[in-house]
Amino acid sequence: MGDAAAVWLTARLALTTTVLLLIVGTPVAWWLARTRSRLRPVVEAVTALPLVLPPTVLGFYLLVLLAPAGLFGGAWAALGGDRLVFSFPGLVLGSMVYSLPFVVQPLHNAFLAVGDGPLEAAATLGASPWDRFRTVVLPLARPGFFTAAVLSFAHTVGEFGVVLMIGGNIPGRTRVLSTAIYSHVEALDYAAAHRLAGGLLVFAFAVLLAVYAFGRRFETPRL
Amino acid sequence: MTSRLDVEVATRRGDFELAAALSASGGTTVVFGPSGSGKTTLLRALAGLERAEGRITVDGEAWLDSAAGVDLPPHRRAVGYVFQHANLLPHLDVSGNLRYGARRASGSGPAWDEVIDWLGLGPLVERPVDGLSGGERQRVALGRALLRRPRLLLFDEPLSALDEPARRTMAPLLARVSSRFGMPLVLVTHSLDEAVQLGDRMVWLDEGRVRAAGPLADVVAGADFLRWRGDDAGVVVAAMVAEHVDSDWLTRLAGPWGDLWVRRQDRPVGSEVRMRILARDVSLALEHEAGSTLLNQISMRVTAVEESAAGQVLVRLVGDGGARTGEPPPAPLVARITTRSARRLELGPGRPIWARVKAVAVSS
Repeated sequence: MGDAAAVWLTARLALTTTVLLLIVGTPVAWWLARTRSRLRPVVEAVTALPLVLPPTVLGFYLLVLLAPAGLFGGAWAALGGDRLVFSFPGLVLGSMVYSLPFVVQPLHNAFLAVGDGPLEAAATLGASPWDRFRTVVLPLARPGFFTAAVLSFAHTVGEFGVVLMIGGNIPGRTRVLSTAIYSHVEALDYAAAHRLAGGLLVFAFAVLLAVYAFGRRFETPRL
Repeated sequence: MTSRLDVEVATRRGDFELAAALSASGGTTVVFGPSGSGKTTLLRALAGLERAEGRITVDGEAWLDSAAGVDLPPHRRAVGYVFQHANLLPHLDVSGNLRYGARRASGSGPAWDEVIDWLGLGPLVERPVDGLSGGERQRVALGRALLRRPRLLLFDEPLSALDEPARRTMAPLLARVSSRFGMPLVLVTHSLDEAVQLGDRMVWLDEGRVRAAGPLADVVAGADFLRWRGDDAGVVVAAMVAEHVDSDWLTRLAGPWGDLWVRRQDRPVGSEVRMRILARDVSLALEHEAGSTLLNQISMRVTAVEESAAGQVLVRLVGDGGARTGEPPPAPLVARITTRSARRLELGPGRPIWARVKAVAVSS
């Protein structure tokens, strides 16, 4: 049935987005935490934009950029890529932009909280920069990674405007939970809408409960 | 074998400029000065934690040579750095912290068991670091630094965050670590007591400049230094425990100008100690006074009378007759007296005088 496909697609989308965002967001957050460049506030503002812009605005610009005639979509097509708009890769890209602050900000805070002390100690003990990142920053910032992953996943599950704009709500291809609910409501099928909406409500609550109840266990005792 | 260290660095941060030079081969060099004098900046520049211009060589190997474009990053400089607040890695236990340094060590240096035994770390090894006391933390930090097999030890105010009992455990370790492991130690402190207790050589830093450098006893007895210290100006002299008189609870110390009686010391006869005698605790008299409660009266000769604060002078003295030809000049004693007394006693170079010493601080 269509709703199962939407659930499955949503889960795949949220997971892919989260994994890719952690890979992209870690260096960005690390740079933000360490740099003394005057560009830092600019980059901070850009990464925070998705927090304040209406998703439809994001979706609109993404649609323009990713369209086959758009700046990004054109380059993608020239490289032999399939169409981005109304496709799963397009949804992933859109979700990454949409959820970027939810990964960058917790990581940024976690990296700041590590402080100079442990890093300088590790450096004087012979650890190279990469060695320090692996053996000091990653373990000390673990709660930040946990928070970033959970928020990114949950936030992507809940997105609507962006996916509607660039995904188009195509059953089986780009119809995710939130747009499926919208379709059910439009069709006045409240029972189906209840099933998905209620499920999402329970899911969101469970995730947040997990963060608050167990998240602390991921934290390293601080001095 | 001990490493040789030669340093000449300059750095600037905002309005603050530091320009300092120091050399050492073995032994403990204390970098002493008030807060804001640039002590910690100098130490961080040695470790590579602070950018600096100039030259740093350890046994002829350049860690920094701006002229030649050499500037090794901190992890390529074999330093054992002990931070003021230990900076233990909070996600590792004690053994993890010790191993962090040991795993990345290269070359020769102290072995695991040697360091653990010497610092008494055995009972701590399995403990998490957040349960340690301040003193335990500093001992772990010291062990971690030694196991990294450094060629230069750098300690930043290692005692200042500790309470008194922890200080008493830690200080003797710090006093001996350089000779015990054959590494030069550069130790930063703002406490003159610590400097006197721990240093062989001293660099006196003030507002980013070296005011004086050399053997510790010479630096603290320098005219500028004495004037600057004001009330706790004094000299540092080596002495030997000569005799204990248990019935009177006294110990006799043999110093460069003769014997001094002090409160019973808990050290074996023959051990070397360091005496610190403040200028305000020394008074002068023309004659030996038999009917006095003072135990310590030393026959000396005036070498110089220097202006100190308003109405006061510092009188520099040497032992009378103790100076044999061909020996290094004997350590001075300094008395702070009023200008009026100096005039009344007609003090001037060459004048024989009795110095009465009211208090002596003894350390190892």
